[in-house]
Parts: sequence; structure tokens; C-alpha cells
Amino acid sequence: MSERAGRNGGGAVLELHDLSVRIPVSGGRWVEAVGGVTLTVGSAEIVGLVGESGCGKSTLGGAIMGLLPGGSRVAGEVLLRGQDLRGLAEEDYRRIRGDDIALVSQDPSASLDPTFPVGAQVAEAIRNHRDVSRRAARERAVELLRVVGIPDPGARYADPPHRFSGGMKQRVVIAAALANDPAVLIADEPTTALDVTIQAQILHLLRDLTVRSGTGVLLITHDLGVVAQVCDRVAVMYAGQVVEQGTVREVFAHPSHPYTRALLESQPAAHHRSGDLPVIPGRVPDLSEPPAGCRFAARCPRAHDRCAAPPPEIRTAGGGRVSCWLHHDTAREAR
Amino acid sequence: MTGLLDVRGVVVTFPAPGAGPRRRRVHALSGVDLSMRRGQTHGLVGESGSGKSTLARCVLGLQRPDEGSVVFDGTEIVGLRGKALREVRRRIQPVFQDPLGSLDPRWTVGRSVRESLDAFGVGSALDRERRVKELLDLVGLSPDHADRHPSQLSGGQRQRVGIAAALASGPDLIVADEPVSALDVSVQAQILNLVSRLRRDLGVAVLFVSHDLGVVEHVSQEVSVMYLGRIVETGSREELFAEPVHPYTRALLDAIPVPEPDARLVHVPLPGDIPSPIDPPRGCRFHPRCSLRVDACSRERPPLRPVTAAHHVACPVALQARSQAGTAPVEH
Repeated sequence: MSERAGRNGGGAVLELHDLSVRIPVSGGRWVEAVGGVTLTVGSAEIVGLVGESGCGKSTLGGAIMGLLPGGSRVAGEVLLRGQDLRGLAEEDYRRIRGDDIALVSQDPSASLDPTFPVGAQVAEAIRNHRDVSRRAARERAVELLRVVGIPDPGARYADPPHRFSGGMKQRVVIAAALANDPAVLIADEPTTALDVTIQAQILHLLRDLTVRSGTGVLLITHDLGVVAQVCDRVAVMYAGQVVEQGTVREVFAHPSHPYTRALLESQPAAHHRSGDLPVIPGRVPDLSEPPAGCRFAARCPRAHDRCAAPPPEIRTAGGGRVSCWLHHDTAREAR
Repeated sequence: MTGLLDVRGVVVTFPAPGAGPRRRRVHALSGVDLSMRRGQTHGLVGESGSGKSTLARCVLGLQRPDEGSVVFDGTEIVGLRGKALREVRRRIQPVFQDPLGSLDPRWTVGRSVRESLDAFGVGSALDRERRVKELLDLVGLSPDHADRHPSQLSGGQRQRVGIAAALASGPDLIVADEPVSALDVSVQAQILNLVSRLRRDLGVAVLFVSHDLGVVEHVSQEVSVMYLGRIVETGSREELFAEPVHPYTRALLDAIPVPEPDARLVHVPLPGDIPSPIDPPRGCRFHPRCSLRVDACSRERPPLRPVTAAHHVACPVALQARSQAGTAPVEH
């Protein structure tokens, strides 16, 4: 444990400080998939990390879990309850993965061994990290299957994954992930492959269980609607950087960054009536040569000469943070 | 406006995976009716196993129903062959979810679009070259996109090519199956705007199949909600979204994640799993998950009944509750 433990009054279970990830690509070049992200997740808090494909949100999750492509370079800090995970040996990482920090990903079939009974997989998740008897692990696994809503868990314990629907498989994955009461859960698009009524069940369950156990959740998603449904705070990513973060209420009611605003406006579900949807012109910049200034400037309706320099991070009136020159001016005018 | 498409009593079953003499069947569609007018966008929404894609394939003539009829502009297309089938195919064109699957990766964009013109013998060779450029322009691509290959395009650009190829033969109806599901929201918005423009400017009717009620609400004038092989509610966009009657439609609307500050998920809108279409529930297929269920629901199939002239629902219980609340249903 580093001297940093508990510096946020014990509330933060996960802290990222100026985290950057560079991934090698062909031709000896590097892509800066994540560029200087600072973010905290508190105990029993759900923080949404939202962005479009290629924005770096899953790479960020991989950096926290210690699961990045070979040769990737990570700079900055990843603090789990104050302990820096960066540079941890794989052996030590394996000890905390599934114990202090757990992962639920998009495809439950890929997370489960198709040849093993689901109950045994949950019991194994327990015995990998706890010195308990087989019998005790089995009893605890049955209990966990019941808690996540598997009907008749004693009988279903011995069934292989293919006997379960997609939603039920994701419940099993959640049972295994939460088996050791992790401090932090990384949920990477956990409901993207599910039908919408099943998605609502799984999100409800996830929130219910993590709030009860005090687990902090980083919910990685492309869906702003999902963020509104279950998250407490939200961080919006664009081209490897967090451009805005704050409470869900603040960011959704008063989006400060032009990208956040454009993203919210382009959602048909929020738009209600026909007529053309606002679109974002242009394309995401090439991250092997990211622009020196604001990465959204080339597509931004309010871009200005000064956007050629990196935008400052400004505190918003509602207590959030936004990286945009526009707010630099309003913040100064207000002074 | 006159009818363009009239689907009546369509039934489709498939052999269930596995083998054996008593192989069970997947009940994909179990008696579906659907009508579309010219120049109208009809949204078809449902979750896994609802049969929405199978219905789209029946309309495209790619799936032959076990029973029922599909009448397109006065012509029965079930069992159609040869020249007559080719003519119907020219007038009903598909747009799929993943344009990479429908575009030949070795062909340039221009060739893919021209293929459709060639196949249906539209105009002279020179006309076709000109038409390709016009079509690319129509879908918001520049003329030099014609020389590129699908792998050189973004997902949104590929879907524009898919739409240009569908428009090439001058269809009256486009059947679009989840055309924006693989796209990011900012790109999705561009394609939805394009679909709306096709109807407005070209008068092409669109059967728009999607699992996303928000998207369907945005592009459609009429909406049908499917559940396990049947349509449970159908009506004008305005009525269906303002006053959904079927308990499934209501739950589906409740479950949609809406990006607004007050859209918290406070309760589970619909408990239970979607039953298997191999052995669907008897009576009303939604009854095992329904909060309004009465005894009759597990015995009798509820017919679609009018709520108003422009709105029908297959739930006598909800209809009765509604009429007792003061609004009498319209009798035909």
C-alpha cells in the first residue's frame, strides 16, 4: 500500500491520475488510445464511462484490469484503494483480479467455460482467492446464484452455460464477479448484447448488488440512456480523453462540452419528434498523430483559433469538470 | 393513398436445431397481418424471437411462408417465379444491418451500385454511369467514392452505399433490417436522416425493422410491435407512443434507456425471460410475464381489436380496462 491510501477520506476505491496508454501498431508507430485521464470511483458509486467506438473507453478498462495488448505502455497512476497497480507483476495482478477488482464484459458466453457447470465456475471464483472447503464454496455459489436471480439455483448449479439464456448467463457472470466482494467492478458494455427488457433487469440487479456491497463500478458503455438509468456520475470520452465529467443530472441537464451536447442531441430517443437529427460532421482524428490542441476542434461548431492549444480543465457551476476553451472565458468573466 | 403491401395470416416455422424423427419446430411467425401504404415508413419493433426479421424476409420474397399471403401492389408474391418474381424484386429492395456482408469486397463502390442497374437493365451504359454518380450524390457521397472499395469506407459510408445500391432499381419499397444497429449514435443520426429523406423526396415506402423503439419512433409514421411471432399492437406513431395499450408495449417503452437527467431505472419494467419460440406459451404468448393476466389469457389467442380506427391491440383485458376508464373503443 502506498502512502496515498485513504487520501480521499476513504471514499474513493479507484483513482486514475493522468493515465495514458500507448499501443504499438504496424510500422513501428504508436497509437495514443488513452491520453491523460483523471477519474475517481467511490465506494458504492456507479460511474459511467461513455463514448463512441474507438474513443479508448475499453482500453482504459483494460489498463485498470492489467489486460492490455503486449507491448502497450502505460503512464500515470491506477490506484486501487490507494495502491498503485501500474507495474504490478502479472502474478500479483492475478491475485487481485477476481478478488479486489473484477470484470463483467459484453459477451457472457466468452466469460464462461462452455464445458463446466455454471455453479462450479462460481465456486471456483471463490476458491481461487479464499481458503474454503469445496462444500462451503458450493454452498456460497448456490447462494450467489439465488441472489442474482437464477430460479431454482440448487438444481441449476450443475447445468452447463448453454442451458441458460443470454440474460441468465450474464447473471451467472455477475455472480462470479461479485463472489469475493470486490472493491471495484469494471463493467464493459455488460448489457449491449441483451434485449432491452432483459437489459433493464440486469442493470437493476447490478446497481442493487453493488450499492449493497459497497463496490464501486466503472460502467463502460456507448449508450447515454444506460448511463441515465443507473449511473451516479458520468465521464464522456472523445478520442482518448475525458472531455467532461460530472453528476449524471448536471451533465445531462446542462452539458458543457460541445461534444457532449452534440452526442445528446443526436439521440433519436431524446429527440422525440421527426425532423432531421443534428449530426456531427467529420471524423475522429487519427490517434497515431493526435492533434496538439483540442481533439474535437476539427468537428466543433464553436471552434476558435485558441483551440489549437490544449484546452484547460475548468470546474463547472454544478461541480463537474470540462476541458474546453469556451468555459475558460465564462469562468474568467464570472470572476 | 392506396395499399402497397398486404400481408395476411403469414405462418413460418423452421426445424429446430438438432435431429431425430420427432424434431420440433421453431414458430417464427404465427399468423401475422400487416398493411402498408405507398410512401409510408412502417416501423417493425421487437426483441429476440419476435419474428421481425423473418417477416422482413417474407416481404423480400427470401422466405416462403408455410401459410398465408403477401400481396404487393395487387400481386401475390408467394410462389412467384421467373420474370414476374424479378420484377417484384426490382420494386422491393433490401438494406441490411451490415453492408460489409452485402457488398462484394473486391468490387468498387461504383461497380456495386451499377450492378443493380445492370441486373435490371436500367437505361443505356452511359445512362448507368451517370445514374451511379446521381445515386452516390443522393445518399451524400462524392463522385470519387465510386472508385473506392468497401474496406476503405467507414461504417456510415458503407451503409450509404448499401442504400444507394437499393435505390438503383427505382424501388417502391425498401425493407431495411436493423440498418443502424451497427453504427455509433452520431453516424446513426446521419443514416436516419437519409432514410427520412428517401420517403419525403422520393416517395419510397420503407419497412423499417429494429429492436430500438427510439429509432423506430423517429423514422416511422406507423408502428407494429411484435412478440414471439405475433403482432401485439399496431397503430399510428402518435397514438401508439402517446397511449400504448398492450402491457408488452408499455413495458418495452418503460425499459428503453432515455438519455435524460430524470430517466432513472426505478423498477424492473418486465420480469422473466423471453420464452423460446420452439415451445411458445399457449393462448396469449405474453401471458406468463404479464401483470394483467386472467385465466382466459392462457387458453385463447387474443385477436387484434381496434382501440381507435388507427390503433389496434391484441389484449382484451387492457382494452376493457381502458373502456371502463372512460374511453369507449371504436367498433367496426
